[in-house]
Order: sequence, then structure tokens, then C-alpha cells
Amino acid sequence: MYKILQAKKLTTNIFLMVVRAERVAKSCQPGQFIIVRMDEDGERIPLTICDYDREQGTVTIVFQTVGAATQKMSALQAGDCFHDFVGPLGCPSEFVKEDMESLKKKKMLFVAGGVGTAPVYPQVKWLHENGIDADVIVGAKTKDLLILEKEMEDVAGNLFITTDDGSYGRSGMVTQTIKDLVEEGRKYDVCVAIGPMIMMKFVCKMTEELHIPTIVSLNPIMVDGTGMCGACRVTVGGEVKFACVDGPEFDGHKVDFDQAMKRQQIYKTEEGRAFLKAKEGDTHHGGCGNCGGND
Amino acid sequence: MDVLKKVPVREQDAKVRGANFEEVCLGYNKEEAMEEAARCINCKNAQCIKGCPVAINIPGFIEQVKEGNMEAAYRVISESSALPAVCGRVCPQESQCEGKCIRGIKGEPVSIGKLERFVADWARENEIKPEGAREKKNKKVAVIGSGPAGLTCAGDLARMGYDVTIFEALHEAGGVLVYGIPEFRLPKEDVVLKEIENVKSLGVTIETNVVVGKSVTIDELMEEEGFDAVFIGSGAGLPKFMGIPGEQSNGVFSANEYLTRSNLMKAFREDSDTPIMKGKEIAVVGGGNVAMDAARTALRLGAKVHIVYRRSEEELPARVEEVHHAKEEGIIFDLLTNPVEILADENGWVCGMKCIRMELGEPDASGRRRPVEVPGSEFVMDVDMVIMSLGTSPNPLISSTTAGLETNRWKCIVADEEHGKTTKEGVYAGGDAVTGAATVILAMGAGKAAAQGIDEYLSR
Repeated sequence: MYKILQAKKLTTNIFLMVVRAERVAKSCQPGQFIIVRMDEDGERIPLTICDYDREQGTVTIVFQTVGAATQKMSALQAGDCFHDFVGPLGCPSEFVKEDMESLKKKKMLFVAGGVGTAPVYPQVKWLHENGIDADVIVGAKTKDLLILEKEMEDVAGNLFITTDDGSYGRSGMVTQTIKDLVEEGRKYDVCVAIGPMIMMKFVCKMTEELHIPTIVSLNPIMVDGTGMCGACRVTVGGEVKFACVDGPEFDGHKVDFDQAMKRQQIYKTEEGRAFLKAKEGDTHHGGCGNCGGND
Repeated sequence: MDVLKKVPVREQDAKVRGANFEEVCLGYNKEEAMEEAARCINCKNAQCIKGCPVAINIPGFIEQVKEGNMEAAYRVISESSALPAVCGRVCPQESQCEGKCIRGIKGEPVSIGKLERFVADWARENEIKPEGAREKKNKKVAVIGSGPAGLTCAGDLARMGYDVTIFEALHEAGGVLVYGIPEFRLPKEDVVLKEIENVKSLGVTIETNVVVGKSVTIDELMEEEGFDAVFIGSGAGLPKFMGIPGEQSNGVFSANEYLTRSNLMKAFREDSDTPIMKGKEIAVVGGGNVAMDAARTALRLGAKVHIVYRRSEEELPARVEEVHHAKEEGIIFDLLTNPVEILADENGWVCGMKCIRMELGEPDASGRRRPVEVPGSEFVMDVDMVIMSLGTSPNPLISSTTAGLETNRWKCIVADEEHGKTTKEGVYAGGDAVTGAATVILAMGAGKAAAQGIDEYLSR
């Protein structure tokens, strides 16, 4: 059992929890993820690592409620336990292994969308701790949905916030901010974009035009997370890759986003849900973490 | 009674079982077991033992069954096997012990598998446990993976007195016995769980949720956590796909995913949190035991199921008994047929599978006649779901994070045949991680051999 030491509501539907998981805390790196199961009969849900404390043996996770399972999970309090908590899974971000001297010469831009701010945070923090300041764009639909602003401010070189409705920071999509920054004369050698699939697709379109190599982190449907099931397969540069063992980070300019979205979207649109219900019948209880469940 | 024939074993009727997940084979009762045991002629130079990868003293235990001494029979089996209730159910006896049985020359061999199963089930019902070690050796061994190879290796080492910890990546122990083989062939609560409890009762600790290579490395286990030797029994790995157009459509699954959802996550039950797709008409591509398991699972979930295999019936790699059961239950076999494209509708869901007819040509490297396409024979199968059961390729998680551990050109871990010794000092390996996808009993044989190798290594 894995004890929850702290549970916090960040926005109406985004939650943060600090969990004691010593093996994960000891070995995790930026870019990796974990899988939890709430109880004995629970589904395996892949989640983002937002932070870790090697000395305390804790891992911080952040998740958005999207279905019945995450809804149920959001009710957990400090003192409660996860039945299972496994990781770290996936490969660390490439820069973790890069030569520090050449890394220091690079100007990096991070683009975070919504709950995608959580997996961006440990990457920017790692760079900051190694003396590298990266620029960060955080995008949210509206001010109330913005998360980890203070934390990000502490570790980012420059932090640019933009809201779709203009309620806070700049106004408009993250792609607009990327364009603005480049037009203002800023130069970036590499971009890391993490957020909703549709955001990553358009960020990649933009950075391709701007000739900035871009890495994205994918979170497709998964079961085991160790390479065994192949549910998380994505096409990258014409090759089939498993997000759990080959990723989750890939060259964004090579990812087939349309296919990846089709594989995921079906759980997220109204027709998709109805279709899925028809396909999976009574075995679909909204616990897939993707479909919106019964709400 | 006809002494040339096996005492028939009772099974659930094919029509009834097609709609439930209860075990198909009901096994012998005591009278039937004793009657079948009497058919064994107790050969001096018993060939059956040579056919058994873990060398169970087969005539020895059957002799006890013949006399009605079931506990004694269980003790004989436990000397060699930690998982008799599993093996009695899933071993390919026809090509191993029973394949060598002298009775089989003229008539049917002794039903060794069903007798083993009976003895193991009897022991469980009567709460007979295997005997543990008398003395401790004060040396620690780490076993990676709790499938058949790992459980066997751990059980043997624990009986020798070693302090053994198994590290399992999933949330439940058992490996393929839990995620791969369906309930109707191998009941989880009554059989698998109980055998794992037996291994634990020998003093083995099982730590779940540890992905070796990620959560901790082999070097860390040996240098920081004090393990004197390591056995890698991490299993087969990543599912293969065909590489044909449309394969990423929604509704195309690997057999691993489909079976893991149903078996490990219990998606076949109405109360499971994990969803599984129930197709109307399904194609399972492949002809091995895993393909049969996936097909028979889909059938039980209400689909009309086709096995699509590019060679002929003779070449089907699945066990004869599995093919027979699948046919009885109404699985349609589309042999000499190969998919060339998966068709999807505008939403990206499977709406058909384009196939081509095959014929057998000259033998290929495997000695089997090579299937060749019949030009112009393409046709579309009307299916709404496809399960790919084409085998697996090795998982790089461990080999890529362990310096000094060599792999071969198929990326399988290199280990010697005698004891599973790898190229890294103190590290042994066995099962599918070494051989590529094979059987439960071969993995157990490798686990057993490695336990001996580790004992010799640590006794030096």
C-alpha cells in the first residue's frame, strides 16, 4: 500500500497528491510516469510525475478528473492509500543524459497546456537545479484553470502565461505566444510541448514552420505500461512505437497526431462515447479514465 | 475397461461452456484416477521422466496414486515441481511425458497430465503444503518475474535454504499464468493463487509493482540491496504486429492486451472497472495457444470468432487439445488465409479485413512448407474487431539497463543451456526472456536448472 501524505485540489477538476513510494522516488527522472490502482479491483491508470523528493521517498502526482475512476480517486485524502503505485515507467527526457556543456549552450522553450503543466514542471526544475534557465509558456483555458504558477515561476527563466479567454496573462492560444516570442527576437534551439493532443499537434505545426526541433510527451491508452500490451502504440516517422517503453517523449514533427487522436478521441467525443458504449456494452463502466464516465 | 484407452475425463459440454468462464476440463475423481493409474506399467527405464522438462518421478507418483496414497504421490511430485496443479492443466503432455509413454506405442498413453492435476488438486483440497528448508543458508537471491520460471526457481532455492525475494512488475504475482492463460483453462483463485501461496509458504517474499530496469536495476539489487545472485525470468515481452495498412485502427488489439484486460483486469466480469471491447464478428490472426485463448475468450464474450492462419491445420502451433476444444465451441478456422489490410470506417474503427488465400509451397527454414499467396484471391472478411496473436519480441527493459548482460541477435538474453548462466557474474536467466515465447513447462525447466546453477555458484 502506498500512503497519501498530502492531497490538494488545484482547480475544479485538477488534483495534486504526494504519495510515499520509495522505489519510485529514488529512481524517477523528468519525463517518466507512473501507474496507480486505487483499490483491489481498480483499473490501472497512467499518471504524470509532477515532482519527487528522494530523501523523503515521496512522489507528487497531478491528475485531472476525466472519468468515473479519476473522479473516485479525487475523493482520496491524506492518510488514505493507493493499492498499487508502480514506476517510474517510460524513458527519461533526453536532456537528462545529454552532455552538460552542450546542454548549457542550448536555449530551451517549454510549452505546457492545462494539466500538461505538471509533467513540464520537473523538467524545468531539473534544468534549473543544473544551472540552466529555460523559458516556459503555460496555457490555460481561463485563469481559474491555471496550475502550479508559483512553483513554475521559481524554476523558469522567463514564464509566459496565456489564457484562451484573456482572463490572465497574454490572450490566446500557446501557438500565438510561441510566434510572438520568436517575432520579439527570441531564439530557441529546442521546444518541449506537453498538453492536450490537439495542442501538441498545433505547436508542432508552428515550430516546424519556425524550424525549432520539438519533443512531445504522449499519453495514449495503456494497460500494463511495461511494453506487454501494445495498446499505447503510436506511429512516429512511419514506424510503430510503444509510448510506454519507447516514449512517452517523441520527436513531435514525426508523430502521426491525426491517428493518435483518432485512437484517443473516440473516448472523448459524445459520438465516441456512445459508440464505445455500443462496442463495449456493459463491460464499459466509464472507468477507462478517458471517456467521461457516467457524468 | 479397455486397457489400451485412457479413462475418459469429464468436461463441461461445449454448448454450455461457450457462454461461461468456468473451467472446461473437470478432471478425474479418486476412483477414475486410481483406475487410470493402474494402466501404468511402471517401466524400469521410464521414458516419461526423460520427456519431462522438470524430470518428475512419474512412475513413482503414479504408483502411489494406484495405491490410493495421494499425499505420498504429492510429495513425490513436489520434489521436482512447484506448480503441479498448473502443469497438469497446461503442459503439452502429448509431446512430452505422454509422448514417450510405452503404453502409447499400442493404444493411448497413460493420462499423466490428468493424474498430476488430480494429485495437486487433492493436496490443495486437503491442505497439504510442500515442505520447506531445514537449514538456512544466509544468502540472498533476487528473482525477477513471478511467472512459471521465476516461481519454480524461487521455490527450489527456498527449499535449499536461500533467502529469496521475487520482484514482479505487475500488481499481481503469477506472470502469464495470471495475465495470459484464461480462467476457463486455468482457474486463478483456486489454482494459480494457491500454488503461489505454496511457494510463499516456503519462505519466498514477493514484492509486486517493481519494474526491474526502471524501479531498480540489477546492479543496485546486487550492490546496494545485498543480493548474492539474480535470476531473470521476466518473460516474453512486446507483442508483434503485421505491419499491414490499417493496423492502428480502433478495434485492432494485440492478444496480450485483449487477454490482459480479460484475465488480469477481470474485464470479462460485469463488475470490473476495466473495459473490454465485445465485437460482433472477430478475426484472431495466428495459430498458437495464445490465439486459441484469445478466440475462446472472445467467443465467451458473445462474438462470432474466426481463427485466421496462413498455413494449414497440420502446421497450427497450438496444442491439439486446444484446437479441438476451440472447434467444439464453434470457432471458425480460416486456414491458408493471410490478412493484407485492415479496413476502417470514417471514425477510424475496424469495418473489415482484406485477406488473400494461400497455398503451401516448398519447405522453409523451419522445415514447414512455406505458405505462398494465390494471385488474385483477395477477399474481404466482414469483421468489426481484429486480435493480432503473432508472438512477441523481447522486452529491452532489463537488457538495456544491465551492463555486461549480453543478448543475441533476436535480443534474447544469452544464457547457457545447462544452468541458465548469463554473461554477467552471478546472474542467471531462463524462460521466454531467453528462448522467446515458449511454454510454461519449458520455463519451469529453465527455472529449475538455474536454481541448481545458482546453488552451485553460491556454494563455491
